[in-house]
Amino acid sequence: MNSLILSAATRLLVALMLLFSIYMLLRGHNEPGGGFIGGLIAAIGFALYAMAHGTAATRRALRLDPATIAMIGLGIALLAGLGAALAGDPFFTGQWWFVGADAGGKGLPLSTVLLFDIGVYLVVVGAVLTIVLTLEEEV
Amino acid sequence: MNGVSVELDRQAAVEDDTASTKPSGSFGWLAAVPPAALAVGFAACLPAIADGETIRVAYDWVPSLGVSLSFLLDGLSLTFALLISGIGALVALYSSAYLAGHAHLGRFWLYLLLFMLSMLGLVLADNLITLFVFWELTTLTSYLLIGFDHAAAKARRSALQALLVTGAGGLALLAGLILLGLAAGSFELSVIIAQGDAVRAHALYLPILVLVLLGAFTKSAQVPFHFWLPNAMAAPTPVSAYLHSATMVKAGIYLLARMHPVLGGSEAWIWALTLFGAVTAVVASVLALRQTDLKQALAYTTLMALGTLTMFLGAEATVAVAAAVTFLIVHSFYKAALFLVVGIIDHQAGTRDVAKLRGLAIAMPITAIAAAAAALSMAGFPPFLGFIGKELKYEGALAIASEPLFVAGAAVLANALMVAVAGIVALRPFYGAPSETPKAPREAPARLLIGPLLLAALGLTFGLAPAVIAGGLVQPAVMAILGRPETVKLALWHGLNLPLLLSLVTFALGLAIFLFHQRLRRMLIGFEAKLPATADQIWDSLLRGLKTLAALQTELLQSGVLRRYLFIIFTSVALAVGATLVMTEALPGPIGWPDLEIKHWAVVALVASGAFMTAIATNRLTAICALGVVGVGIALLFVMFGAPDVAITQLLVETLVVVLVAVAMLRLPGLEQAAARAGRRLDALLAIAVGGVVTATLLAVVEGPLDRSVTTYFEDTSVPEAFGRNIVNVILVDFRALDTFGEVAVVVVAAIGAYALLRGAKRERQP
Repeated sequence: MNSLILSAATRLLVALMLLFSIYMLLRGHNEPGGGFIGGLIAAIGFALYAMAHGTAATRRALRLDPATIAMIGLGIALLAGLGAALAGDPFFTGQWWFVGADAGGKGLPLSTVLLFDIGVYLVVVGAVLTIVLTLEEEV
Repeated sequence: MNGVSVELDRQAAVEDDTASTKPSGSFGWLAAVPPAALAVGFAACLPAIADGETIRVAYDWVPSLGVSLSFLLDGLSLTFALLISGIGALVALYSSAYLAGHAHLGRFWLYLLLFMLSMLGLVLADNLITLFVFWELTTLTSYLLIGFDHAAAKARRSALQALLVTGAGGLALLAGLILLGLAAGSFELSVIIAQGDAVRAHALYLPILVLVLLGAFTKSAQVPFHFWLPNAMAAPTPVSAYLHSATMVKAGIYLLARMHPVLGGSEAWIWALTLFGAVTAVVASVLALRQTDLKQALAYTTLMALGTLTMFLGAEATVAVAAAVTFLIVHSFYKAALFLVVGIIDHQAGTRDVAKLRGLAIAMPITAIAAAAAALSMAGFPPFLGFIGKELKYEGALAIASEPLFVAGAAVLANALMVAVAGIVALRPFYGAPSETPKAPREAPARLLIGPLLLAALGLTFGLAPAVIAGGLVQPAVMAILGRPETVKLALWHGLNLPLLLSLVTFALGLAIFLFHQRLRRMLIGFEAKLPATADQIWDSLLRGLKTLAALQTELLQSGVLRRYLFIIFTSVALAVGATLVMTEALPGPIGWPDLEIKHWAVVALVASGAFMTAIATNRLTAICALGVVGVGIALLFVMFGAPDVAITQLLVETLVVVLVAVAMLRLPGLEQAAARAGRRLDALLAIAVGGVVTATLLAVVEGPLDRSVTTYFEDTSVPEAFGRNIVNVILVDFRALDTFGEVAVVVVAAIGAYALLRGAKRERQP
């Protein structure tokens, strides 16, 4: 689509949307959000970019093929589930580490649950973009 | 099967002169080491088992279902395990020379060793489910072995046939084993065997028996499932030697023997085994005479052996079961040896056609000795083990209470034919005036000869010293089959009695058949031509019928028109849910005027007008936008009732749908024609029906008291156990992470599917 307003606005918007998608991903455990929502926001951001600048430019910006991104996401999610085996727990039991925790504060909570959510995020981004980009190129 | 089909595995076998110098062939004998080590290990257990001990090893597998990875070594499983690993080692050694330099040798070793391990697992399993898993593994690995020469259409067809026949039997067996486990209250064989009487008195006894026998009969190729076994000769000869002497086809026999203390002894068992076994034995012996290909002739004698074993396992008498066990061992020795000899002839002379082979003994004296020794054991001449086996069979046949004459008659006829076939297969090619063969025959290398020579020698050694196997193998195996202590003595000389007389009759009859076998074969070929169809042809037409049926059904159900699919899906939903509502009397009662605030009414108006606009829109863009309005209205509802996560997701998905449809819309035709279609009234009716049914369902659900126990659990545990305040997200990524994982996997698969469809559509448009 050849629209100066769209392409100029897209530059700003897409960056904001991607940032917001990561914000939604990370806050998901306590506030509305999460990997699925974050992934959808990021995917819509890239879909917007594809409308303004074309699919070839979007694929360059993504660097990886969206199907590969989806596969990596699936792999990360699986890994997060397998992580429980190291602690001797059943498949997909969440493992938590509170980095720097002391009597005063909880520290930085890290977990396989977060890793799993990141996997979901990547799967959603990759899968949606696979369909959107192919549809735009083929139809 | 007309004498020309002997070309098959020579394509696979490269000439040994050039091949034996290649590195891939020189270390091939290493493949014989694991089975040989196993054989030695099993042999070390012999004294303990002979003393009546059993060895049991068990691991938990799926404890909640009563499935354990448990193995039991008793007399019966030890006999089989020794045959499997011992003959496996010899076959592996033989193959290292026979298939030396073959392009897919590595694959062959993998298949062969996997098959051997599956067989060992099968005979050692002490749990019904474990047994079944290994049973199916033998089916799969034998499929790979039979179809090893995968470039040949005949090999592929034979492999598939074996897979389908034994696989179908395997399904029946699974059902039978599960019923048996339920009837006995345990899936452990050692527990079930102790409850034979309870199982036989159980109401499910007959279904169990029929299903288990279906599994055993298909695997052991009893008539009418016999046709796959001769076809399986498309495999390389060492594979045939292994599959048809000690392993694959004996799996069914093992199952019958194992089930004997549980299912055996009833009228149905005795009659089924005796009848099927006898018919198989006689039919197979007659068909064996008809063959001109050495391998085919041996294949039919294998069928005959399987029939005989089945027949004797039907009996209760100790001596009959002892006959079965002894004959099992005898048969494994001589049949493996003869198959290997036929492989040598094929390898060295270039043909397996019995009409073209004469006088090979001059060029191949050692092979001739091995062949003669194995053939004499097969024909049952003293002092070979085969003689003892045959005498025992006659003694056992006469001891069978129900039908001694029938069984003895079948045994004599089958044995006489076996004498003749032994002569045809193992004696005729070696003697007489040498004939022209495709290759000038030369003596085989040592690695090819060790197997048949050793097996033939064992047949002679055990014949001379039968006490060695009587106490060590036969007696413990008989005890395991009958489930009671027994004493078994084997001897060459039984004195002048009826079995000896029957032996003499057998030799005379066999000699007569051997002398006239060419005339008999012509008669049989003439007779076969008059038959309406052979079992193989019936099988083909069965498969054709199945394919036609599948094509018809696909044509009927898969129209390829999206509208029609949607119509079928929505109609089924409306009918199924509606009927359930009416039949379970769950229809909601009359509802009063709802008590709603103005904002709620606004959303209702928004959604309703959006839906109405979608229905009457005349172009797609309008329709999509109107549909978007419906989605936004629903999202607003979620916001009002406190589900922000769901609302966000709903809005984002709505956005994506609009993007996707807007892109796809470019190629779709306008709505103008669609709006004028005559079917619109029907569509409207269906839409109203689906909407009504869903509304009624929701109202019915709301009428009842809401079970909040799950919600309370999540509310209580979300923060302390999963460290998260957003319950929706905690459920998704922690409590129900496995479900989510399955869902994201589906998302990936859907994306790949859409990708493939879209790319494929483009290729079709631009050929």
